[in-house]
Amino acid sequence: MKKIYTIEDLGCASCASKMEDAIGKLEGVNKVAITFMTKKLVIDAEDGQFDEIIKQAGRIIKKIEPDAELRPYRR
Amino acid sequence: MTEKMKKNLIKVIISIAIYIATAVLVKLNYIEGNLELALYLAAYLIVGAQVLKRAVRNIIGGQVFDENFLMAIATVGAFLVGEYPEAVAVMLFYQIGELFEKYAVNRSRKSISDLMDIYPEYANVVRAGKLETVDPEEVNVGEVILIRPGERVPLDGEVIKGTSNLDTRALTGETQPREVFPGEAVVSGCINLNGVIEVKVSREFGESTVSKILELVENASSHKAEAENFITKFARYYTPVVVISAALLALIPPLIIPGASWADWVYRALTFLVISCPCALVISIPLSFFGGLGGASRRGILVKGSNYLEALANVEIAVFDKTGTLTKGNFKVSGIFPAESVITGNAELKESVSGEMKAEAEERLIRMAAHAEIHSSHPIAASIRDAYGKAIDAEGMDEIEELSGYGVKALIDGKTVYAGSRKLMNDLGIRIENEAAAGTLVHIAEDGKYAGYILVEDEIKYDSQRAVKELMAMGIKKIVMLTGDRKNIGESVGKKLGITEIYTELLPADKVEKMVGLMKQKSPKGKLIFVGDGINDAPVLAGADIGIAMGGLGSDAAIEAADIVIMTDEPSKVAEAIKISKKTLRIVKQNIVFALGIKLFVLLLAAFGAASMWAAVFADVGVSVLAILNAIRLIGGRSR
Repeated sequence: MKKIYTIEDLGCASCASKMEDAIGKLEGVNKVAITFMTKKLVIDAEDGQFDEIIKQAGRIIKKIEPDAELRPYRR
Repeated sequence: MTEKMKKNLIKVIISIAIYIATAVLVKLNYIEGNLELALYLAAYLIVGAQVLKRAVRNIIGGQVFDENFLMAIATVGAFLVGEYPEAVAVMLFYQIGELFEKYAVNRSRKSISDLMDIYPEYANVVRAGKLETVDPEEVNVGEVILIRPGERVPLDGEVIKGTSNLDTRALTGETQPREVFPGEAVVSGCINLNGVIEVKVSREFGESTVSKILELVENASSHKAEAENFITKFARYYTPVVVISAALLALIPPLIIPGASWADWVYRALTFLVISCPCALVISIPLSFFGGLGGASRRGILVKGSNYLEALANVEIAVFDKTGTLTKGNFKVSGIFPAESVITGNAELKESVSGEMKAEAEERLIRMAAHAEIHSSHPIAASIRDAYGKAIDAEGMDEIEELSGYGVKALIDGKTVYAGSRKLMNDLGIRIENEAAAGTLVHIAEDGKYAGYILVEDEIKYDSQRAVKELMAMGIKKIVMLTGDRKNIGESVGKKLGITEIYTELLPADKVEKMVGLMKQKSPKGKLIFVGDGINDAPVLAGADIGIAMGGLGSDAAIEAADIVIMTDEPSKVAEAIKISKKTLRIVKQNIVFALGIKLFVLLLAAFGAASMWAAVFADVGVSVLAILNAIRLIGGRSR
């Protein structure tokens, strides 16, 4: 399953790449891309583990940048 | 500016005020010692408390080399070695830099989202005779929507009622409005300028042009360029290396150099820490690519990824498809050539042929051809009827017979007329008198005698020649044209455009084969682009390093198959895209060289004790700001 999220208050470009690295290493993640400029996180992960992965991704993001927050994508 | 940023700005201003006041008072010898320290500490904590807090929180979270931590160490260290003003200044500048960085990033985020502001908010759908305003996603194929002046076309479809002009600028970069009338297709994302139109929806919202384009543009920067990956990797090593060097600098020299002061070397090490954040690079490189992608889409060139934008700068071979790419793909009569014997009636009087007689003969020939081709749906027949331009009077015509693949036979005013290919004439035993032009020829015979021929050509696009010229001027080594068309036609078009390498009479499979051959001719770093109309060249588009599809408006196939989609029908956009790519890469290189250069230079100075913390702050924050400003140039001015 592939889904798009917004990372609100993503303020630091090198943090974005750290987050990308860390989330990419989670089990069940096929592909993840964080675009600093659009604050978008595009994640492709196994269906069965998806919710769990998103929870963990949220935690990783908080840990790297405490002000940032993972939210469902809205245009 | 967001609330958070405003709050930070106020803190910075208060802190600056305290800082300056303290510095002046100290200079005038009004205060000293603990009072001085207290005032500097106040100024420091006002701007820096947040950073200290984050640093502590991040260390607990296991984030060691983050910028908050580095700034905290550097400034606290400066306090400890007694450099109060510098500690405050470093923190102040750091915060000012952060503010600026956030502001710049927000602005470019906004200007890019404005650029892509083609998302339709609603659709007026006609249901059971009533007008309802709904989300475009809820409209089904086949339903009728109404679009008023000033509204955005929400879905793709066909006009069934009304006429208007559409502003397609957001999609194509084209400033000329497009006229639409019943029967015309409209694409979502355009703005209706003046008339009310009713449109029958042909595609669901998810499949509509607007959705496809937004998806494409928004996902573009997730395909990262090599330069971006390089910087990410570089940043991973840069910070730890600088931090470790700083630690060594603080510890080793004081131990081995006799008489070296700890304070001096610790100060140098702290200066290192200030420079150790790779932010300028990490932020300005993606920002540059993002700006390049945005700038390109503003001009109607949709690039599917930063990697393609990067690769465009290294194009060595440009391969063009002919029909629909360099030519319009619609036929037009470009010459009417009556047989000489028909014009004069008598070959001996050749010299006395007047212009009038010639024009008359031409008129007669095209009239004959148009009548013979009255029922044919072939594009060539349509072009002949267009060239005749007058109503075709079906009276006095009889026995029209399509000779499939060869031409037509018709009885016009009691005379048997044949119109068709050279082979048809040969089969009839009619001698073709004067044939010179290259192109598609329609020969005409009247009552068993040759009457002349009509030259039909595919029109070359107005900017094709310019496109080829610009590409050559850019130093593209080889420009090739591939076509399925006949040799003489292909070569004549190629010659007009100044293309020297032309391959004609190719079947789709031959095109792929030619492409494979051409791919071998480029240097290892060079790239090959293929430019086609995306209609039946998907395998070739996929086979090239970069596939470029033209005229993407409304064509799914093109948007799917290509790496770059040119929304207008102009081949010259290829050159424009390469220019944007080169400019982007130039800025990326400038930023890498500039940011790294300054940082390394100041690191070196600091190691020898020649750089103060002031220089270090510039190398960090100043460079960030300049690199961002440089990258922002690509987005260009304010958006509409």
